[in-house]
Amino acid sequence: MADVSLETRNQTPVTFRGGGFDPVARQWVPWLFFAAVIAAWQGASHAGLLDPLFLPSPLQIVAALQELATSGELARHFAASLMRIGIGWIIGAAAGVGLGGLIGLFWTWRSAGLPFISALFPIPKIALLPLLILWLGIGEASKVATIALGVFFPMAISAYAGVDNVPRNLIRMAQSFNVPFRGIVMNVIIPGMLPSVLAGCRISASIALILVVAAEMIGANVGIGSFVLTAGNLMQTDKLMAGIVAISILGLLIGAGITWLERTLLNWR
Amino acid sequence: MAFELVAAAISHQYGSLSVLEDISFTIRQGEIVAIVGPSGCGKSTLLGIVGGLLKATHGTVTVAGDMPPDSLNPFTYIFQDFALLPWRTVAANVRLPLEHHPLSRAERAARVADALSRTGLIEFARALPKQLSGGMRQRVGIARALVVKPAVLLMDEPLSSLDAQTRELLMEDFEAIWARENTTGAYVTHNLEEALHMADRIMILRRRPGRIREIVPVPIPRHDRRGQAAERDLHRLHEQLWSHIREEAQLADREMSDG
Repeated sequence: MADVSLETRNQTPVTFRGGGFDPVARQWVPWLFFAAVIAAWQGASHAGLLDPLFLPSPLQIVAALQELATSGELARHFAASLMRIGIGWIIGAAAGVGLGGLIGLFWTWRSAGLPFISALFPIPKIALLPLLILWLGIGEASKVATIALGVFFPMAISAYAGVDNVPRNLIRMAQSFNVPFRGIVMNVIIPGMLPSVLAGCRISASIALILVVAAEMIGANVGIGSFVLTAGNLMQTDKLMAGIVAISILGLLIGAGITWLERTLLNWR
Repeated sequence: MAFELVAAAISHQYGSLSVLEDISFTIRQGEIVAIVGPSGCGKSTLLGIVGGLLKATHGTVTVAGDMPPDSLNPFTYIFQDFALLPWRTVAANVRLPLEHHPLSRAERAARVADALSRTGLIEFARALPKQLSGGMRQRVGIARALVVKPAVLLMDEPLSSLDAQTRELLMEDFEAIWARENTTGAYVTHNLEEALHMADRIMILRRRPGRIREIVPVPIPRHDRRGQAAERDLHRLHEQLWSHIREEAQLADREMSDG
């Protein structure tokens, strides 16, 4: 027998109240939004509403990008910036993860290192560039050191926070099987801290990008920051905007790379 | 020669809070002792002390006699929350306790395969913990414990985070494994029914500080507890033990509600 009442009088449907509060992003929306903004911008430029000296049209920016790409100028500036970011990021990240790991594992390092990090982290690292130029000269070393310093602190913080976030029950489990200290670090701590370290990578990569542009604006002849500054000084707004677009694309590519790393290394989540 | 685990005059404090006071008991080889009591009576702390994960403020835990020489980890835990490494497959989780022992790759693989087959997990060897149900995850925890041939199994509420049906199934698994392996163990639970089905003796703790109220032998052999007559006797014993715990459980409940 069906568990349904045969009574048909006064049937009132139960009101649905469970919708909303579920903001799932649709993949096509950002493309549509982006296309709409570009179209409006192009339309405004075409109608003469925007002075190309202050804001060139998207087509002018694309043309400038194309010219810079074919002349090899973009590649030259990008190569210089990428080299500085790469070296600075690797040094800063290695030192940061190393110190953060030690702070997460040993009370001596935590006692000494945590106040040190808390005191120095808030200093805007670009403010240290003049000092670093004084110490290391105007060449590559001072710019790389600025980036390394900028990367070091968020990586150190994410590393020790990552160690702190490794569930203690997993460490106790390993201890209960007499897994030696090194085995616990390799098999429990390092994989467990990885999500936090990768989150730190995302933040520090953005910081590195900001710092390289700023450092190159202060003291470099080549590099994307220097290129943007020179284009601005010469009122070549289309080239300036092309440089900014190129930096934005680089940022997106770095972000996509980290997303890929997260998907690959953290597929267990 | 048989061995005996002897806990003598165990007391433990967290700061000024006395958690355990003067706990003494023995567990004989092949015997399962359940430790029951209301929340906050120090059951898990006591188990941590017995297995060497916590240092007692006072008292000692010793082994009288010889432990099995082939045990790679004489005191082995099974955890309430399974404590599986989520980034490792089932087989790799089970292999973890063997990795620091001087065993050949082939022997490690054979031991892991044996533990997985004894717990019905062989088909799931390559699965990640996130792909398993709660019951299956605890089976991995059991396989990981069996792979080291433990002398004493220390089980900290191993079924409490599972639903009732899974718990019932896993209880049957536990009973079969214990009978086959002649397991010696301490089984912490707040569930009297589990204790009555699975233990040879039940140690009831009082709370604040945790002290032994009484140690009650279950008068029916473990393998005979599934029949109707046995169920009646166990039910009677359940009533009797519950009357001992009830008041303190109520106090614990009120204390927790008060925050």
